[in-house]
Amino acid sequence: MTIIDPHTLTGAYALHALSDEERAAVDRHLADCAACAQEVEEFGATAARLALAASTPARPAMREQVLQRITTVRQTPPADTTPMRAGRALRGGAVRWALAACIAAAAALGGTTWWQYGNAQDARQQAAQAQRQADEVAGVLSAPDARTRSAKIAGGAGTLVVSAARDRAVFVTSDMPAPPRGKVYQLWFDVDGTMRSAGLMSPDRASQTVLMTGATHDASGVGITVEPAGGSRQPTSKPVALLSMPA
Amino acid sequence: MKEAVHIGPHPSSKPDLQQLVHEAALGDQDAFAAVYDAVSGPVLGVVRAVLRDRAQSEEVAQDVLVEVWRTAPRYRPELGTAINWILTLAHRRAVDRVRSVEAAAARDTKAALLDRTPEYDEVTEQVETRLEQEQVRRCLRTLTDLQRQAVTLAYYRGLTYRQVAESLSLPLGTVKTRLRDGLIRLRDCLGVTA
Ligand SMILES: [Zn+2]
Repeated sequence: MTIIDPHTLTGAYALHALSDEERAAVDRHLADCAACAQEVEEFGATAARLALAASTPARPAMREQVLQRITTVRQTPPADTTPMRAGRALRGGAVRWALAACIAAAAALGGTTWWQYGNAQDARQQAAQAQRQADEVAGVLSAPDARTRSAKIAGGAGTLVVSAARDRAVFVTSDMPAPPRGKVYQLWFDVDGTMRSAGLMSPDRASQTVLMTGATHDASGVGITVEPAGGSRQPTSKPVALLSMPA
Repeated sequence: MKEAVHIGPHPSSKPDLQQLVHEAALGDQDAFAAVYDAVSGPVLGVVRAVLRDRAQSEEVAQDVLVEVWRTAPRYRPELGTAINWILTLAHRRAVDRVRSVEAAAARDTKAALLDRTPEYDEVTEQVETRLEQEQVRRCLRTLTDLQRQAVTLAYYRGLTYRQVAESLSLPLGTVKTRLRDGLIRLRDCLGVTA
């Protein structure tokens, strides 16, 4: 067996086309390599699209059988239910923001959860990634006091980088899906529950770094909404993400 | 502002499934029934693409769906969407089955492998699914022949990249590369975000 170079195996890994030995080697590598981990995640999502395309209806009897079987199958307990402290704070902010946005919204939506916060372990993971991204951003901002906060946004990821000394913030996104046609992502500062526009993101780039418009010292959080091209004076839709200002 | 919710590139990833899986994880059997209705088609489809045999595919698909129920409390949304989690599991279990069968039997010939094209014509009546399929077909066509063959054999036939190399008479390194850049092209064409 020759030496395994995990970087070249991400495609085969995501398609379950590796031997157990190679798979284990890639698993070990993914724990340390954010680039490969992200690639594998994206390839996994790509493979899921191949599965969706192969969809075929199941017999009604299969439904009955499966639903019957689960009545006797005990569920595994969650691996880690430790709530994340920052997550709680975010939820409080989320409610407030959502209320403000709903007042401005022409139509409100109910029932769906469309932003997600991680547990403690993923917060650390995200923080590590945020730190890596912050290193690049800090190069642009030259801010030794830069602080970051990350969140999943509409299937992509966003990181808020704030320098208190400079009173400025940068928003870094990766792999955000394009906004609906004729729409843009708009950034906002939450100032005492009022949304102050902090600029627009380019609608045609999935990954970008945006210097946010305006001061940060009076803001308690940052939100992102989908708005008509050109942006809005106030949010007209629920936020796709909310982040409280990093401490 | 309904469209704000459907930011995702395809409707199958709409957040309701996340919520349903979450509720199923709390022991809600009705929520699980709704999860079943949303995913049983693609689960059976991908398993059947790999296994071919109808009875065996149903058996594995059923096991996958019961496993979804059993392990739903362990599902972590921040590591990927629910549909990705479920379909990755389905493909993995199908591949496990094909390899365990393989361990006892000789491998199919190259000609037979290449003959086993995906059952693209077996689609549901659902418009969503049909659109998804057309886009996947279109995007697969943007791959080079080698990329497409490598990705198709690996994914829809459950071959290891070594078996892909054998069936296409290509060096291992070439197949590794084709799988990776094939997926990159497919990912970009489909607008996939993790
Ligand atoms: Zn790597």
